[in-house]
Amino acid sequence: MQRRSFLAMALAVLATPALADWTETLQAARGQTVYWNAWGGDQRTNDFIRWVGQQTEERFGVSVVHVKLTDTAEAVTRVLSEKSAGRTDGGSVDLIWINGPNFAAMKDQDLLHGPFANDLPNARFLDLSEGAPAALDFTTPVEGMESAWRLSRFVFIHDSERVPEPPADMAGFVDWAAAHPGRMTHPDPSNFMGATFLKQALLELAPDRQALQAPVTDAAYAAQTAALWDWYDALRPNMWRGGDAFPENESVLQQLLADGEVDIAMSFDPAAAAAQVEQGLLPETARVFVPEGGTIGNVSFVAIPFNAANREGAEVVADFLLAPETQVHMQNIEVLGSFSVLDPERLDAEARARFEALPTAPALPDLQDLGPTLPEPDASWMTRLTEDWAERHGG
Amino acid sequence: MLELNDLAVTLPDGTHLFDPLSLRVPKGCVTTVMGPSGVGKSTLLDAIGGQLAPGFGMAGRIVLDGRDVTRERPEKRNIGIIFQKSALFPHLSVGQNLGFGMPRRHRDRRSRIEAALTDAGLAGMADRDPATLSGGQTARAALMRGLLAEPAAILLDEPFSALDATLRDEIRGFTFAHLRNAGIPALMVTHDDQDARAAGGPVVALNAKGRP
Amino acid sequence: MTLPARILPARILPALILTALLLPIGAGLWQTALAAMGHLPAIGARGPDLAPLRALAATPGIGRAVWLSLFTGAAATALSFALALASAMAITRRGHGGRLLAPLLAMPHAALAIGLAFVMAPSGWIARAIAPVVGWDRPPDIASIGDPFGLSLIAGLTVKEFPFLLLMMMGACAQIPLQRHLRAGRALGASEGRLWLALILPQIWPLMRLPVLVVLAYSMSVVDVALILGPSNPPTLAVLLTRDYADPDLSRLLAGSAGSLVQLALVGAAAGLLLLTQRVAASLGGAWVMRGAPAPGAGPVMAGLRWTATAATLAGFAAMAALAMWSVAWRWPFPDLLPQDPSFRIWARSLDGWTTPLWNTLLLAGGSTAIALIAAIAWLECETRTGRRAPWAEAAIFVPLLLPQIGFLYGVNTAALQAGLAPGLWLIVWGHVIFVFPYVMIALSDPWRAMDPQHLRVASALGAGPWRRLLAMRLPVMLRPILTAAAIGIAVSVAQYLPTLFLGAGRIPSLTTEAVTLAASSDRRVTGVVATMQAALPLLGFLIAFVIPAYLHRNRRGLRGA
Repeated sequence: MQRRSFLAMALAVLATPALADWTETLQAARGQTVYWNAWGGDQRTNDFIRWVGQQTEERFGVSVVHVKLTDTAEAVTRVLSEKSAGRTDGGSVDLIWINGPNFAAMKDQDLLHGPFANDLPNARFLDLSEGAPAALDFTTPVEGMESAWRLSRFVFIHDSERVPEPPADMAGFVDWAAAHPGRMTHPDPSNFMGATFLKQALLELAPDRQALQAPVTDAAYAAQTAALWDWYDALRPNMWRGGDAFPENESVLQQLLADGEVDIAMSFDPAAAAAQVEQGLLPETARVFVPEGGTIGNVSFVAIPFNAANREGAEVVADFLLAPETQVHMQNIEVLGSFSVLDPERLDAEARARFEALPTAPALPDLQDLGPTLPEPDASWMTRLTEDWAERHGG
Repeated sequence: MLELNDLAVTLPDGTHLFDPLSLRVPKGCVTTVMGPSGVGKSTLLDAIGGQLAPGFGMAGRIVLDGRDVTRERPEKRNIGIIFQKSALFPHLSVGQNLGFGMPRRHRDRRSRIEAALTDAGLAGMADRDPATLSGGQTARAALMRGLLAEPAAILLDEPFSALDATLRDEIRGFTFAHLRNAGIPALMVTHDDQDARAAGGPVVALNAKGRP
Repeated sequence: MTLPARILPARILPALILTALLLPIGAGLWQTALAAMGHLPAIGARGPDLAPLRALAATPGIGRAVWLSLFTGAAATALSFALALASAMAITRRGHGGRLLAPLLAMPHAALAIGLAFVMAPSGWIARAIAPVVGWDRPPDIASIGDPFGLSLIAGLTVKEFPFLLLMMMGACAQIPLQRHLRAGRALGASEGRLWLALILPQIWPLMRLPVLVVLAYSMSVVDVALILGPSNPPTLAVLLTRDYADPDLSRLLAGSAGSLVQLALVGAAAGLLLLTQRVAASLGGAWVMRGAPAPGAGPVMAGLRWTATAATLAGFAAMAALAMWSVAWRWPFPDLLPQDPSFRIWARSLDGWTTPLWNTLLLAGGSTAIALIAAIAWLECETRTGRRAPWAEAAIFVPLLLPQIGFLYGVNTAALQAGLAPGLWLIVWGHVIFVFPYVMIALSDPWRAMDPQHLRVASALGAGPWRRLLAMRLPVMLRPILTAAAIGIAVSVAQYLPTLFLGAGRIPSLTTEAVTLAASSDRRVTGVVATMQAALPLLGFLIAFVIPAYLHRNRRGLRGA
């Protein structure tokens, strides 16, 4: 079955001249070991990456080593050190799980190889039209410098037994926290998840949401964030530890939820609650919820550093991640439960049927439950927001 | 024959320890060097054995059986030494201790060791832990170890001072008898008159360096 | 003269060892200094300028972060020293004890911190124990870890550091005629507390100065423990800098580098302060002794410290037990005292995940400890053969322990790349040796120098040359201290995080890098598995260091209890 689809794909590949290069890539990739630098804090993602390695080894002779990061910036500084030391090839990082500000920084500093993503054979299943989610990373145009692999949606996690009626929208958190003092918090805004909590509120509370899509200016900042800070000042005193201390990152926050120290956690993975219930980390009654009006969504990408030693292998892995059967496997709640990045319109009936046949879990929301996906504000807003927060509340 | 010719030792700061010393110790003779404490009796033996601590200086010559060993490394001089304590190596059995210095050319090591042990009244103790021997047994074993190395001369540094008064006479007798039997020159430093008398050889006084 | 020619290699070898240790650090510091002055062409920054320093100064909370580093570091060091002193008193009087602390010594910092966090947290063991009494159905909202003053950080550091200082103190006490002094003092009617303060402390302090400085430097600049137990808003300086290094905005690297230099200066200032305190204490103490060294209340204070030491030891063991229990837990919600349906599921599931790290950890620990041990033996044997000690060189050995790792490791990576050294196993081994060697020297040099020189003289009089003296006398007699030093070396190597990460480009996962990565996940059970192994490995080392000499020397009474 897998063999046949591989054969079919190989035939399709050979059909067009642009993709004839792909056979050369495949040939060069054979025997390579791809060092995939990816956050290692999630067991299920780690397991998925291991599965990917087994598959690419079997199919293309490309093995994958997962270099587990505590923060994506680790890989960025590694590439930067190599550039500083004048190492323009044979670099130690082949593939990075990346998005947002880290991508913007690497793209700006010419630390990336590419464009390559649009030429991947499986890119034909993506909607890469201008402004589409897979073509825009935090308002930074992707321009083929990174390739999508999984869909992230900002969600809250709660224990439905303890919190039967979670806040309906971001504004509702103020009343909820007043009624349940000390039972919620957010990660430190120096952390990505903490910053996202503020951005989510900003998107809801800003008078003009469109203004957030342009680079920030002093005037726009003052106009758009005034309501946000009023809201935050009302919320903060009723937060965990009186709003004086914050968990370092989302994992620490999820641990606090598991320990019962808080009642609400957050995640970029809509399947997080279902996955953690299945693993025994959260009680059976844990669920995700999203504020009315939708939440921030973004796409996780993989990028290849400019000096990657195993560039071809990295491209093969990036392409494999986009194969419909990979995406089906990934979206399976028993595996990873991350939503596919593929455009259903571009899939054939068989692939669509396989997506529809995936098992569900009580704690796993449907896409419809999650409401609309809100675009990330321009990256400059996030920087400004976290700096401002630190000045107001840090220290 | 062990000869010292105008042997003098200087401290790291350049001062001389004792008046330059010249003496000859014939084979089979135990010569005793006596002197007040602090005059450098042990340092004298260090100089002869080639084990002066760094910084000490030395003048004069040491000649052993006609061979000038003044600049020789300690392990090449073939001069044995017996201290008052820490006599046996703690990590080796009694037998291994006795075999430590025995020249390699001997093929019959085991029987030589057994014979020496029997001679010292320690028959059958080759496999014993040295820490389980009595003070007298240890002293005799240490002497046998020194002799089995077949040294050309032997130095004794206050060899009996750590022993009980009751044991001292017995060990003295044992030691001097064996030294004479071995027929090698022996030089002993001590502050105990009785040691000197029992040794039966010449007694040399070591004088503190006279101020010029 | 044939002498110098023979001794020449013995003179050069220590210099070579020092170069191998300090060269990477120097190169790393240079890189950090360049970036701190705004020079990092890879991101288009061409200094020198003061922009990084200004950016650092403008970081919100920087002042308090600096103060927190100073306060938590100094307080943890002072408390650890006081507990070590009180424990040393108790052990000396009882004539035994302290052996129980070996597991705490062996346990890596990060693992202990994770365990302690669970013991002390509002949802932790202590809170669970009292929950039924006070009627908590959910954890109270109190800052029992991560408090804004860093008190829980101080507690966590103390649990780990006081056993180390106690070990050093017992070693120092062995260097002085302790019992004779105590007997003489008691005969004069002085109380135990007074005796230690007026008589013993001044004598052992010169030997304790270096270990105390090491603890101070470490406590002030530690990252992992501070992340787990320390305050978050603002955190200590070291954590703040770690955030800078992790900032997506690459220009924060420059501010972080400037901060690393500040951290360095801070440690230097604290060390200076300590030495100043020593001066003042010496002169005040002299006057105090002249007045008859009155110490009213010394008894109760010492008793209080002893109780605290016991509590700290118990907390450490509870932390270890908590980790082991989490590793076999499935669900363990508040306020359950014990995990629900324990099993080895998590161990089995993560089997794949930990075989490679375990193997790497063994290779790194074995390799770096072997090299460090050979270098230490070479160093000390050179000392024996030349009969000379070089105080400056001996002090220089400890430079790696006195500098904050964050200040030079980022730069070491770049320097290694520039030198064309590929990241990998051997580079990490080198990095580990830099930190393992000083500890091996600490453990080995006192016993080495204390060995009865007459044995060696007798051996050479029996015709044994220098090599035979080393191999057939010195090393077998010193088997126990050598193995103890090796066990300490293994413990140090196993615990290394940043060197493993940077010098291996993250490609060589060890138990510690895995533990830290997983500590970032919300699955405390997996962390429990890795941390348990991370703690078990050095413990195994200590066990072997105890069992092998006990077996080989079972018939050698003279070598037991040495």
